[in-house]
Amino acid sequence: MVKVTVDGIVVDVAPGSSALQACEAAGKEIPRFCYHERLSVAGNCRMCLVEVSGGRKPVASCGFPIANGMQIFTDTEVVRRARRAVMEFLLINHPLDCPICDQGGECDLQDQAFGYGADHSRYRENKRAVTDKYLGPLVKTVMTRCIQCTRCIRFSTEVAGVQELGGVSRGENLEITNYVEKALTSELSGNLIDICPVGALTSQPYAFSARPWELKRTDSIDVCDAVGTNIVMQARGASVLRIVPRINDEVNEEWLADKGRFVVDGFRRRRLDRPWVRVEGKLQPASWADAFSLIATRLKGVPGARIGAIAGDMCDAESLMALKDLMGMLGSPNIDCRQDGARYDTSRRDFYTFNTGIAGIDEADALLIVGSIPRQEAPVLNARIRRRFVDAGRGKFSIAMIGAPNADPTYTADVLGEGPDTLAKLAAGELPFAEVLANAKNPMIIVGHGALTRPDGQAIAKACWDLAVQAGAIRPDWHGFNVLHTAASRMAGLDLGLVPGPQGRDVAGMLKGGVDVLWLMGADEFAVHDIGPDTFVIYQGHHGDAGAARADVILPGVLYAEKPGTYTNTEGRVQRAFRAVMPPGDAREDWRILRAFSEVAGRKLPYDTIEALRTRMAQAHPAYGQAEHARPGAADTTAPQAGSVTVAATPFHPVIADYYLTHAVCRASPTMETCSGIYVRPATEAAE
Amino acid sequence: MNALTKAARSMLLAELAAGMGATLKAFFKPKATINYPYEKGVLSPRFRGEHALRRYPNGEERCIACKLCEATCPAEAITIEAEPRDDGSRRTTRYDIDMTKCIYCGLCEEACPVDAIVEGPNYEFATETREELMYDKDKLLANGDRWESVLARRLELDAPYR
Repeated sequence: MVKVTVDGIVVDVAPGSSALQACEAAGKEIPRFCYHERLSVAGNCRMCLVEVSGGRKPVASCGFPIANGMQIFTDTEVVRRARRAVMEFLLINHPLDCPICDQGGECDLQDQAFGYGADHSRYRENKRAVTDKYLGPLVKTVMTRCIQCTRCIRFSTEVAGVQELGGVSRGENLEITNYVEKALTSELSGNLIDICPVGALTSQPYAFSARPWELKRTDSIDVCDAVGTNIVMQARGASVLRIVPRINDEVNEEWLADKGRFVVDGFRRRRLDRPWVRVEGKLQPASWADAFSLIATRLKGVPGARIGAIAGDMCDAESLMALKDLMGMLGSPNIDCRQDGARYDTSRRDFYTFNTGIAGIDEADALLIVGSIPRQEAPVLNARIRRRFVDAGRGKFSIAMIGAPNADPTYTADVLGEGPDTLAKLAAGELPFAEVLANAKNPMIIVGHGALTRPDGQAIAKACWDLAVQAGAIRPDWHGFNVLHTAASRMAGLDLGLVPGPQGRDVAGMLKGGVDVLWLMGADEFAVHDIGPDTFVIYQGHHGDAGAARADVILPGVLYAEKPGTYTNTEGRVQRAFRAVMPPGDAREDWRILRAFSEVAGRKLPYDTIEALRTRMAQAHPAYGQAEHARPGAADTTAPQAGSVTVAATPFHPVIADYYLTHAVCRASPTMETCSGIYVRPATEAAE
Repeated sequence: MNALTKAARSMLLAELAAGMGATLKAFFKPKATINYPYEKGVLSPRFRGEHALRRYPNGEERCIACKLCEATCPAEAITIEAEPRDDGSRRTTRYDIDMTKCIYCGLCEEACPVDAIVEGPNYEFATETREELMYDKDKLLANGDRWESVLARRLELDAPYR
């Protein structure tokens, strides 16, 4: 550690830190625009000037390395005057349009001009004007406001991994541009909005809709993918107006994928806000009591084996538990949370978990991705892989992929092959990457749902496990076998046992008349049209999508923004979300619907409060009673069951066809629809 | 003052005479009251009466939906909703003032960067129902159109002191 004195306060900081970090360690606030903790240092805004003993002039603290015994002064007259002067220069070409700027109220430039700037302007000449750039449907640009901090360039190059932004010209004429009129091709482009210190890059869908001081903030968890990104729902009145990421270094750092951020305008559209009952082929509005009594009447006399339930991808653990218990009460073994038909061995938790952990990626030194495109399935996790790839340096973190030959993962990855036969070759040591895996200290294998949703999914998982054992990736201090989930509810569903019981039917078995009564809880992503014509379908959910269209009774549930809930991410981290807004109309929290119905059906579920339900969850799986998440090591190298289907040689197919339209809420969102039209459809049409 | 003087004054009706004298003086002075509503008092250009939303001379509304008046309003009487207009400019879709909540402090006028919301000289806007005092954007703009010449003159008069 290095000892540094900041304004008389002695602090110990890690060697290699910058003066700015030392000042922060001493609790001093240093104004900055271009410096960002998670990006490289540019040192071009000059706002972070401090005085260093022995120096003749102030230095930019963000890029100034510390030395032992160094004395830093952050509050001298020289520093104050220097900051005031820098601020004056920055404001020379910055328009005074704060009243119409969406950044107003949360603008670094506004705040720092107030804190460190002069009280008036001496500039009387004309200000420069810059033409706005087109960056796609999500990011709105007002380039005249740009102060050339280059954070956006560094973000897109370093974190998002798309070299599409840059600067042209020099000095006063420097412009940030994407060179050609083309939408940014990144699933993380929304983060540019957060990272821009001024109002040059703002949110297009959120444009002019609210001011930051009007919004009520609620901590929540993103359920658009299985990463469990920590988010803040910002609501005014009855509607959530925007979603921004919350810092959690273990999960998402401070990034959020575009789907999780911009899906928000689907929250109030196509909502189910009252119960509906199908009368003579047409859905009619009904009361809760009518809907419940109809279901209870229909269930009478139906044996448990002819009742089934399918849980959707966005359910919270509470409602999954309640559904599982309700089906247990009805005597049904037919329950499934795997709409995509994925196959896992659920006998041990580490058979279906991202065991290395998202933060664990930082320690890995070789990675094999099997049947997965992390960039689409978990963009934030992909950014973590990319960061590790960049930080490790050339050749220190080798990545190989099996399947997805045309995907651009944003890092260099060798495509070893397209199907499971490549795995066998790898295990036999026939490919050069086998040696990389064998020599790696902490190798990782990620198995995606491109592999697990195949009939031979379990056999492939076993092959991957065996390969991991062979590479020494499964040991008490390191678990290199990872399943990358795509559905936010999947981990909780598997933990709480939402898989068919003995002689139970899975999703495919429940279709085509396999059951007489089918309870869908937010389930839209399976072959709904294959449900038997005589099956009585109960749809409990929040959006009028495929499942609701087929339903005989619709019970209006609520979105993740409207209920307190527990979500388990792909690494098995149990996280809690809070209610941001009240649900529309008659919609009710899902577990309450199930609890209320159980009473009508005469088989009351034994919990009246969410606390009691959470106690029940903790009994069902110990992870739901623990406050802290511990990354699992592997004590046992016994492989998962291979299943009855042997490995076929067919290539892996991507599991996500359209990143922007993967669930019912996206499909109700005009912004996601626009994105799909701009990013996905032209690409698929070009491919055809 | 001894008892004798007091009695003499009382006997000679001195207090009454002084009182009547005051009355007589006031009788010949100019009147302090005015014949409202046919006559009206003089208002300062800073008088804070009924609100109005102003327009630019070319007819474009001034308000840019910055929401500073809404934020500053101590009575929380102002409600604004905004969205991009077809030409991409920032405009309100809703601008409501609850005149029953308003305390006529004038902070909205102070906060406005474009002199859009102003408190005009009109204080005669009593209504028969409460609902009529819930002003919306149309009402406020209509006020602005009606009073524009006066409002502009008032701002001009007050400008040297700002």
